[in-house]
Amino acid sequence: MKKIVHYLNQFYGQLGGEEKADLKPILKEGPVGPGMALAEVLGQEAAIAATVICGDNYFADHQDEALAEILDMIAPYEPDMVIAGPGFNAGRYGLACGAVCSAAKEKFHIPVLTALYPENPGAEMYHKPVYILKTAISATGMRKIIPVMGKFALKLLKGEEVGFPEEEGYIPQGYRVNVHTVQNGAERGVDMLVKKLRGEHFVTELPMPVFDRVPPAPPVKDLTKAKIAMVTSGGIVPKGNPDHIESANASRYGIYDITGLDDLTGDAFMTVHGGYDPVYATEDPDRVLPLDAMRQIEKEGGIGELYNYYYATVGNTTAVSSAKKFATEIAQDMLRKGIQAAILTSN
Amino acid sequence: MAKTIESFGIPCVHICSIVPISEAVGANRILPATAIPYPTGDPNLPKDEEFKLRKKMVLRALNTLTVDIQKQTVF
Repeated sequence: MKKIVHYLNQFYGQLGGEEKADLKPILKEGPVGPGMALAEVLGQEAAIAATVICGDNYFADHQDEALAEILDMIAPYEPDMVIAGPGFNAGRYGLACGAVCSAAKEKFHIPVLTALYPENPGAEMYHKPVYILKTAISATGMRKIIPVMGKFALKLLKGEEVGFPEEEGYIPQGYRVNVHTVQNGAERGVDMLVKKLRGEHFVTELPMPVFDRVPPAPPVKDLTKAKIAMVTSGGIVPKGNPDHIESANASRYGIYDITGLDDLTGDAFMTVHGGYDPVYATEDPDRVLPLDAMRQIEKEGGIGELYNYYYATVGNTTAVSSAKKFATEIAQDMLRKGIQAAILTSN
Repeated sequence: MAKTIESFGIPCVHICSIVPISEAVGANRILPATAIPYPTGDPNLPKDEEFKLRKKMVLRALNTLTVDIQKQTVF
């Protein structure tokens, strides 16, 4: 019979609520709480040999020590699998479930499993290394998820082939798997197109991300009095790239001083964007960040003032979520500096 | 980034080479640039003409910031 160790927090471990969230890890023989229902599903094929219970706060505040203690409690059992939760949408618990599973997988090289609501931060962090079955948002989903967990656990224990996320009910891990299909891609593509043209239902093989829209901001009333700032994703930075902005998938942006500068030249500035031919920008960085034109317009009174710093990052394969984060900070800085409008240049 | 800046009430125009990407992600004010390696330039032109082109583009971009738009607009 296969052996499983089950991880629970203080609440599901039936030791108390928030007031017991500081509990250090405790080991109990056999299944506890939801583990009992799980044990029923596992039947004769696997048993929950022990349950580790840990307070959510203790885990959150002492993750490294907690993990070490928990793994030490699990080790003597030499389990065939570790299961955590289900954690539903509980944030600290979800993170603990993911962390315990991930660590157990790495240390003991055994299958691991947990179940969380997809928006649980633990799901976001651990869905790649750990199978995370999708649950309802709250524990009202317990009755539904236990049989799913039990059956999937048995599958993993027996080393059976795991199906696609949609079939098995786990959060997609982003892995691409080669499959053989009867029709080749061209045939499937044309079939899809014909269906689309006929207004018939078809299923996409690759869902496109959906982007939200924002309402347009009120326009600038008088440009001649306005303070304007420049932003670029073209990677134009001072020579030497002082902030070490990456040439792809940038993790940061820079704010650079252009006080008194009327023109960008190749000896003072450079491009670090790895996604376009840098030759032209190296010759004349104004081709990506048009400082010379902006300064002349400023001198002629076309705008009230050009802000004396510009913001730069690299847009090459940079994640939309990163760009959003940078731009949020940039916009907040702009508000503090009384900037009324901006020009963003991209390649 | 243009969309996020605009969401803070700061009108932002996106001068970009690949307009469909900006449209998809959702910038509200979009101005097509010259080309990917030189959005606000053109190395095929003599220097003074290139500058004139750049200045014209920047003026058009600045102008978009003064237009009261109700939805995404490619200028």
